[in-house]
Amino acid sequence: MALEIAFWILAALAVTSALAVVYLRNIFRAALCLIVCFVSIAGIFITLSADFLAAVQILINVGAIAILIILAIMLTREVERGSLSNKLQLPVLVSAAAFLGVAVYAISNTAWPAVIPPEAGPTTAELAGKLFSQTGYILPVEIAAVLLLATIIGAIVLMREK
Amino acid sequence: MLGLEHFLILSAALFAIGLYGALSKRSAVVILMSIEIMLGAVSVAMVAFSRYVVPTLLTGQVFTIFIIVVAAAEATLGLAIVIAIYRRRQTIDVSKIDLLKW
Repeated sequence: MALEIAFWILAALAVTSALAVVYLRNIFRAALCLIVCFVSIAGIFITLSADFLAAVQILINVGAIAILIILAIMLTREVERGSLSNKLQLPVLVSAAAFLGVAVYAISNTAWPAVIPPEAGPTTAELAGKLFSQTGYILPVEIAAVLLLATIIGAIVLMREK
Repeated sequence: MLGLEHFLILSAALFAIGLYGALSKRSAVVILMSIEIMLGAVSVAMVAFSRYVVPTLLTGQVFTIFIIVVAAAEATLGLAIVIAIYRRRQTIDVSKIDLLKW
C-alpha cells in the first residue's frame, strides 16, 4: 500500500517536472526541473526494487549530466533568449499526443506475460555477477569503457582552442 | 495493486513529453534536455519489464546501466558540440544552424 502511494506521488512529480522542462520559458528553471524529473525517476526505480540503479541514476544523471547542462546554459547565454518553439509546434504536439494515445491503447490492450514479483532484495551483488562474469556482459562492459574514453578525447578535441 | 501497465503508461507519458520537447524547441540545450527525459522514460520501461516479466534475471537492469552510460557519453559530446558551435556562430538556435540543409 505504501508502495502504491509512493508510486503515484513520484509519477505525478515526474510527469509534472517533465512538462515544466518543456513548457518553462526560463531555460535555467527548466534545467532545475530536469533535476527534479531525474530524482523522481530514481524514486520510481526504488519502487521497482532496483536500488543500485537508483543510486547510479542520482550519481550520474543528477550529479553529472545536470551539472553539465547547467554549465552549458551558462556558457552560451541561453537564459536571455529563453526557450522558444519553432514553427512546427502544433504538428509536433498533435503527433506526440497521437503517439501517447496509441501507446496507452496498446499497453492496456496487451496481455503481458507478467508474473507476481517476489519480495524485493538487494540487487547490487547479483548485478555485479551479471556484469563481470564470463558468461554475462563482460564484453559490453569493456566496450562501454572504450566508448567513454573516446567520448572524453572527443570532447577535449572539440573544446580545444585553435 | 501496482501492475506492469502503470509503469509502462508512465514511461509512455514521459517519452511523449520528451518527444514533443525534442522536436519543437529551438535551443539545442533544451533539445538535449528533452532527449535525456526520453532516455529516462525508456529506462523506466526496461526496469519495469525486468521486475514484472523476468524478476530473477535482472536483464533489464543491466541494459539500463548501459543506457545510462551511453546517455552520459551523448550528453557530454552533444554539449561540447553545442559550445563549439556557439563559439563560432554566437547562436545555438537550431533553426539558424542550417548549413547542411538543402
